[in-house]
Amino acid sequence: MAHRIDRRDFLKLAGLGGVGVVFASALPGVALAHDQDDFYFLQLSDTHWGFEGAPNPDAKGTLRKAIRSVNSLERQPDFIMFTGDLTHTTDNPIERRKRMSEFKQIVSELKVETVRFMPGEHDASLDNGKAFQEFFGATHYTFDHKGVHFIVIDNVSDPRALIGDEQLAWLAADLGQHAADAPIVVFTHRPLFDLAPQWDWATRDGAQAVELLMPYRNVTVFYGHIHQEHHHMTGHIAHHAAKGLMFPLPAPGSQPNRTPLPWNPAEPYKGLGFRSVDADADEARYAITEYPVVKA
Amino acid sequence: MKLSQRGLRIAVAAAVLALGSVVSYVAAHAAAPDAKVIKIGAKRFDYTPGHLTLKKGEPVILEFSTRDVLMGFNLPDFKLRADIVPDKVTRVRFVPDKTGTFTFLCDIFCGTGHEQMQGSITVVD
Repeated sequence: MAHRIDRRDFLKLAGLGGVGVVFASALPGVALAHDQDDFYFLQLSDTHWGFEGAPNPDAKGTLRKAIRSVNSLERQPDFIMFTGDLTHTTDNPIERRKRMSEFKQIVSELKVETVRFMPGEHDASLDNGKAFQEFFGATHYTFDHKGVHFIVIDNVSDPRALIGDEQLAWLAADLGQHAADAPIVVFTHRPLFDLAPQWDWATRDGAQAVELLMPYRNVTVFYGHIHQEHHHMTGHIAHHAAKGLMFPLPAPGSQPNRTPLPWNPAEPYKGLGFRSVDADADEARYAITEYPVVKA
Repeated sequence: MKLSQRGLRIAVAAAVLALGSVVSYVAAHAAAPDAKVIKIGAKRFDYTPGHLTLKKGEPVILEFSTRDVLMGFNLPDFKLRADIVPDKVTRVRFVPDKTGTFTFLCDIFCGTGHEQMQGSITVVD
């Protein structure tokens, strides 16, 4: 079969050795055999454009370096998803829009045609998503790709970290149109479960969303917010947090404050990166590969 | 005196309402006499005081106020939270039932320093 590429071949094609691989499936460690309906996408997260500070002395260069790494992938993804905190928060609405404009200009350098966005609390919580919508469109939406149904849930435009009754009703109505075995991928910014409530790493009504998703057998959630790779199960639903592209944060609850980890000149960009997700739609399996900002 | 049926219904309803009011009053004030009131001011991006020491089993009323923007008080280890609304007083009754030091935080995104807005409560025997 012309399109049959196994995982090892894919990594070779990507030209990036030594990257971490997590198999997010019911059968961990089983490499995905690709057919023409299989695809992969990239998740980039927490770029915090506009941040300045010691945790990243290359604050203006890191995103551009990541884009160059993405563009250097020999096999380009079907699409890229930015899972929020595109910009670093500012109380000034003019500066907020300036940062969004600059971010949009920079990511326009991506070779991939289909790039999707969702907000993080830094983008949306101070104006209920108004500026974000001006630049990037809806804050919650769905789309379908090669047999997989994708749902983007906004748990940040309400500064109380609420999805809200209206959006939950929208979610329920959308799910109602799908069979219990439909492959469903959910994108959120904050975790839908209580990862570390003492650090605000939670969604106040996230349990209601999980409850709505629970009857569906093939649901996987990808999210951002915590600036590190993290994997968690709520029942049969897997939740995978992505690294950020500005500064890493400590492990959940590992210290009193959620302050950024210090920059290490000996290992620049450590803890930062992006990920690819290889989707096998028929089996609803997803192989995650973690990439550094720049090639080692 | 002979009450009409309508009059009787009104009298019974009034009696129930009055009793309900008394019960509500009692319930609201039963805990008050021994509950110490602690005033906590919230502003972007801290609480004053930022640290409290309380005794296990001893009820307190945490009384929050702010002149700033809408903020939150969340003490996850005790599943206790409240909105702190500008120019209003928010009272939270709290009876610590375990010892240790616990973080509380603002859980309503309130600006650039929101992520540093937190405090702690130490509960001792």
